[in-house]
Amino acid sequence: MSSSSFRFFTFAAPARFYGLAGALIPWCWAAFAGLAAAGLYIGFFVAPTDATQGESYRIIFIHVPAAWMSMLLYLVMAFWAAIGWAFNARLASMTARAIAPTGAMFTFLALWTGALWGKPTWGTWWVWDARLTSELILLFLYAGFLSLVSAIDDPRRADRAGALLAIVGSINVPIIYFSVKWWNTLHQGATISVSAAPKMASTMLTAMLLMTLAFWAYAFAVVFTRTRAIVLERDRHASWTRESARPASTSAAAGIRT
Amino acid sequence: MNWNSTAEFFAMGGYGLYVWGSYAMALACMAIEPVLAMQRHRAARRALVDEGSAP
Repeated sequence: MSSSSFRFFTFAAPARFYGLAGALIPWCWAAFAGLAAAGLYIGFFVAPTDATQGESYRIIFIHVPAAWMSMLLYLVMAFWAAIGWAFNARLASMTARAIAPTGAMFTFLALWTGALWGKPTWGTWWVWDARLTSELILLFLYAGFLSLVSAIDDPRRADRAGALLAIVGSINVPIIYFSVKWWNTLHQGATISVSAAPKMASTMLTAMLLMTLAFWAYAFAVVFTRTRAIVLERDRHASWTRESARPASTSAAAGIRT
Repeated sequence: MNWNSTAEFFAMGGYGLYVWGSYAMALACMAIEPVLAMQRHRAARRALVDEGSAP
């Protein structure tokens, strides 16, 4: 294999991803704005007051989507980290790194909104029960992943160490999910499940699902942006990135969107 | 429609602090995080431009 084709295989994927993600980001933001506006409108103006919790239940429209995203993003991060490790795929490892801060942010939001919901509902901001504690451990796992990959100078070694931590830590996600079944907790059971009919008004469910989709769009937009930054940081010496960063006339010729 | 006045909307049936405290934190986090990501992307591009202008 000649050295030029080696370079092609090494950098083609990040280069193509860079342009594609750049084109998709505005659409992700548009989807986020539309879905969030619809979800908040239904959540605040259409969904009725809860019979037992009054208006405090309206926290659900960000609490449950944030908690879902915190778990989903962890699994997606661990998946791409594992792919990056197993197949030596650099873009996959970069994606894993780009997901971690967004996942940590959603974990923090789930804990924050949970505390503000717990105070009026349970009479306490925090309790060391299974659901809350395992979600806090998830935040520490994200923080651990981020500090580990930033502490190791060699990027590929850092990717592998991070992948190991992410894969081992993913055992925590089913623990969070099933914690309300396995232990007696203060936290209520699953909001929706595949085996039972929803226990909430359909307008409440609609608002919650719209907000979940909005958070998905948000996560795509931010993760794409951060992956593009990491691609540029990592591939500083690859020829295509230097093309893309040149003044407008040449970068347009190179076909790379800013 | 659930609310008869703006004041009633912001009071959230007495749970205003908890509901708006949650939404305000979500808004703050989801406004700051994209800005940080975009700044990181811009900084990476600028570093490349500076490097590209060097020999």
